[in-house]
Amino acid sequence: MKEINSFSKGIRNGLPICFGYLSVAFAFGIFAGGSGLSVAEALLISATNVTSAGQLAAVPIIAGGGTLLELAVSQLVINLRYALMSVSLSQRLGGSVRLRDRFLIAFVNTDEVFAVAMAQNASVGRRYLYGLILTPYIGWSLGTLLGAVAGNLLPAVVISALGLAIYAMFIAIVLPKMKKHRPTAICVAIAVALSCAFYYIPLLQRVPSGFSVILCAVIAAAVMALLRPIKEEADE
Amino acid sequence: MSKLPFFTYLAVMAGVTYLVRMLPLVLVKKKIQNRFLLSFLYYIPYAVLSVMTIPAIFYATDYRLSAVIGCVVALILSFIEQSLIKVAAAACAAAFLTEAVLRYVI
Repeated sequence: MKEINSFSKGIRNGLPICFGYLSVAFAFGIFAGGSGLSVAEALLISATNVTSAGQLAAVPIIAGGGTLLELAVSQLVINLRYALMSVSLSQRLGGSVRLRDRFLIAFVNTDEVFAVAMAQNASVGRRYLYGLILTPYIGWSLGTLLGAVAGNLLPAVVISALGLAIYAMFIAIVLPKMKKHRPTAICVAIAVALSCAFYYIPLLQRVPSGFSVILCAVIAAAVMALLRPIKEEADE
Repeated sequence: MSKLPFFTYLAVMAGVTYLVRMLPLVLVKKKIQNRFLLSFLYYIPYAVLSVMTIPAIFYATDYRLSAVIGCVVALILSFIEQSLIKVAAAACAAAFLTEAVLRYVI
C-alpha cells in the first residue's frame, strides 16, 4: 500500500475540521463559561482533552464538585470509542511513523481526524498526520477561548445555527461511502435504528449516552463484519 | 465534601482520555490478520459517526424546524459529494435563515 506523507496535504485535509471545530468549541466555551468555569479553565480543558462529548459531560461534574471517580468513569466510558479508533488507525500508519510520533498523534486522534485519515486510499505517514492534526487542535482551543470570552456578543440565532456544523460534517463523511458501498449503508441503518431506540425508548434512556454510543456502534459494526466481511484490499 | 482543586480534575480527565487513545496506538504494532476484526474496524467509524449524528442533530439548534431543514440540506449536498466545509456551511446557513424567519418574521 502506498504511503501519503505530505504535510501540506495534511494541512489542506485538516482545515475543514478546524473550521468545524471552531464553531463547536465556541459552543463549548459558552457552555463552560455559563456553568461557572473561568475562561482559563475552559481553555485548559479543551487544550488537554480535545474531545467534544467527554468535555461536555465533564463540565457539570467539575463545576458541581463531583468525585474524581465519577469524572474518570465518565471519561473512560464516553471516550472508549477512541480506543477502537486508535486500534483501527494503528493498522494504517505508514513506515515513517515512529514510536514518539504515535504518542503525539494519539493526543489529537479525534472522530474527524480519524475519519479523514482512514478515508485516504493509502497508509498515512507522520508528516501527513502532523499536518492533519495541527489546525484542528488550534481550532478546538481557539474556538473554546473565543466562546468563553465573547460568547455573549453573538446573537442567539447565530450560535444556534452553528450547532449543526459538526453533524453536517459527519453526514458529509458517511453518506458518500453509503452510496458506493451497500454494506456500509446497511451498517449505518442499523446504527441509526439502535441510536434512536436508546434515545427514545424510556428504559434504554437510562443508559448513559457515552456508553450507548459504544454499544450501538459495536453491535452495528459486528453484525455487518459477520454478514459482509470486507475483502482483502477493500476499496476503502 | 469540600470542592477539589480544578487542576486535580483536569489531570484525571486529561489522563484518562489520553491513555484511552494512546495505549492502543502505541501497543498495537502488528498488522491484524483476522478478517472479522479487520471488517469490524472498517465499519466502526461509520457506525460511530452515524450514532452520534442521529437523532442528536435534530436537537442541535434552538428550533426543531431549523435543525430538520439544516439536516436535509446537509444530506442533499453530501449526496452530490460536496466538501465537508461546504456541507457544514450550507447546513448552518439554512438553519440560520430558518431561525431568522421563525424568530423575527413569524
